[in-house]
Amino acid sequence: MAHKNEIMIIRFFEQVGAYFILLRKVLSRPEKPYVYYKQTMHEMVFLGLNSVGIIAVISFFMGAVITLQTAYNTENPIYPTYLIGLGCRDSILLEFSSTITGLILAGKVGSSIASEIGTMRVTEQIDALEIMGVNSASYLILPKIIATLLFNPVLTLISISVGIFGGWIAGTTAGVITSEDFIYGIQYAFIPYYVTYAIIKTLFFAFIIATVSAYHGYRIEGGSLEVGQASTKAVVHSSILILLFNVILTQLLLS
Amino acid sequence: MIRVENLNKAFNGKPVLTDISVTFEPGITNLIIGRSGSGKTVLLKSIVGLHEIDSGNIWYDDKLFNKLEFREKKEIRKEIGMLFQGSALFDSRTVEENVRFPLDMFTDQSLEEKTERVNFCLDRVNIKNANKLFPSELSGGMKKRVAIARAIALNPKYLFCDEPNSGLDPLTAILIDELIKEITEEYSMTTIVNTHDMNSVMKIGEKIIFLSDGILCWEGSNKEILDSDCSTLNDFVFANALAKQLKKSPK
Repeated sequence: MAHKNEIMIIRFFEQVGAYFILLRKVLSRPEKPYVYYKQTMHEMVFLGLNSVGIIAVISFFMGAVITLQTAYNTENPIYPTYLIGLGCRDSILLEFSSTITGLILAGKVGSSIASEIGTMRVTEQIDALEIMGVNSASYLILPKIIATLLFNPVLTLISISVGIFGGWIAGTTAGVITSEDFIYGIQYAFIPYYVTYAIIKTLFFAFIIATVSAYHGYRIEGGSLEVGQASTKAVVHSSILILLFNVILTQLLLS
Repeated sequence: MIRVENLNKAFNGKPVLTDISVTFEPGITNLIIGRSGSGKTVLLKSIVGLHEIDSGNIWYDDKLFNKLEFREKKEIRKEIGMLFQGSALFDSRTVEENVRFPLDMFTDQSLEEKTERVNFCLDRVNIKNANKLFPSELSGGMKKRVAIARAIALNPKYLFCDEPNSGLDPLTAILIDELIKEITEEYSMTTIVNTHDMNSVMKIGEKIIFLSDGILCWEGSNKEILDSDCSTLNDFVFANALAKQLKKSPK
């Protein structure tokens, strides 16, 4: 049992080491910036723009549920109803838009990155790049990192806006709050730093999603079965790291 | 010219290549033959640097490739073209973009110059009106030809082909073999082809090495292979019933 644990610990540190070695390769200076620029634009559309729909839908219903739950749990004459709007705004801003968006993107974007790079590995496309003298890690992964770092904050801002809009629609439609009270609530005691906080968290999460997923895809050995396994590992590991960093960043940024 | 000296390679302690020494000359088609699992692909990938070797030397002309720094290796790699078993075309790029890729990465040519070179290479491998097609829209033979076009786009000095005929019908396989031979002679390249296809051996095998269980068992040409007294080679060459019958029949 103790021997098994030792092996697991060694494997863990091997993986962490391999991850940082890959990162070093990824972050080396690009040879042809123009080629990388084109690739980054492509990734922004593929990984970012194509995620707007799912983020908007999920955020809308998330905002709606938060508003209704806040309303039903604060049904007390002591509490002013505008607190429902305030609660909706702060929940979305502080936690849901950055973390839930991060987890959704870990599933959608993370699995896509891992399976794309993994398939390139098993079909020897990465070998073909290496043979040509191209730094395959940098060429394939760096544009994805840049694209997610640039676009995920936009997705978070969209999520915040749509989430609050969803809360307003749900609250007023269900009759738990008036439109005026909701709008007063979302403006009341607003702390702009919370937006910065959400963006900082999103940047960390974007980096985790892109690099952890790419790492799992890049290190595949085998065939299509391993591509599926790598894709699953990418989502699980990214999600765990997002939750871990959520705690760390919350303590660091809000304490 | 590529020279391999006393190359050894093992995976997890199990030897895959043992003490391989061989010279591959330019301008002729050099073949590595052997049964599946004999170490052909590992040898080829070791020579191009996709596998780290355990010991030995690999010379590209006067440069000791396996001892070079990453940047120096990269310079040699720009002179290498490789045709992979599964073609390894980039799925998300069209035929034209695939062939143009090495030009985009390593030249400062204008788009017109690059397009001209792409069309020349595609024309050289007899691919017509397919510039805008994606790899998924091509047949196996076309994929191989596009992969050859991409491999020769930068006028390489060295061409490596890993089982270029796998999955192709006999006629297309012959066309691919002929194309490799023609290009090798035309550009005086050092070409190394991995194969277990006897048609290829007889058609283009100007220099052949035979591997068995990671050991170089025989070296010669297609003219000598039928008269070899190496039993493992004979088992490989005359594996099917018709070949065995031909071997027994008087010349």
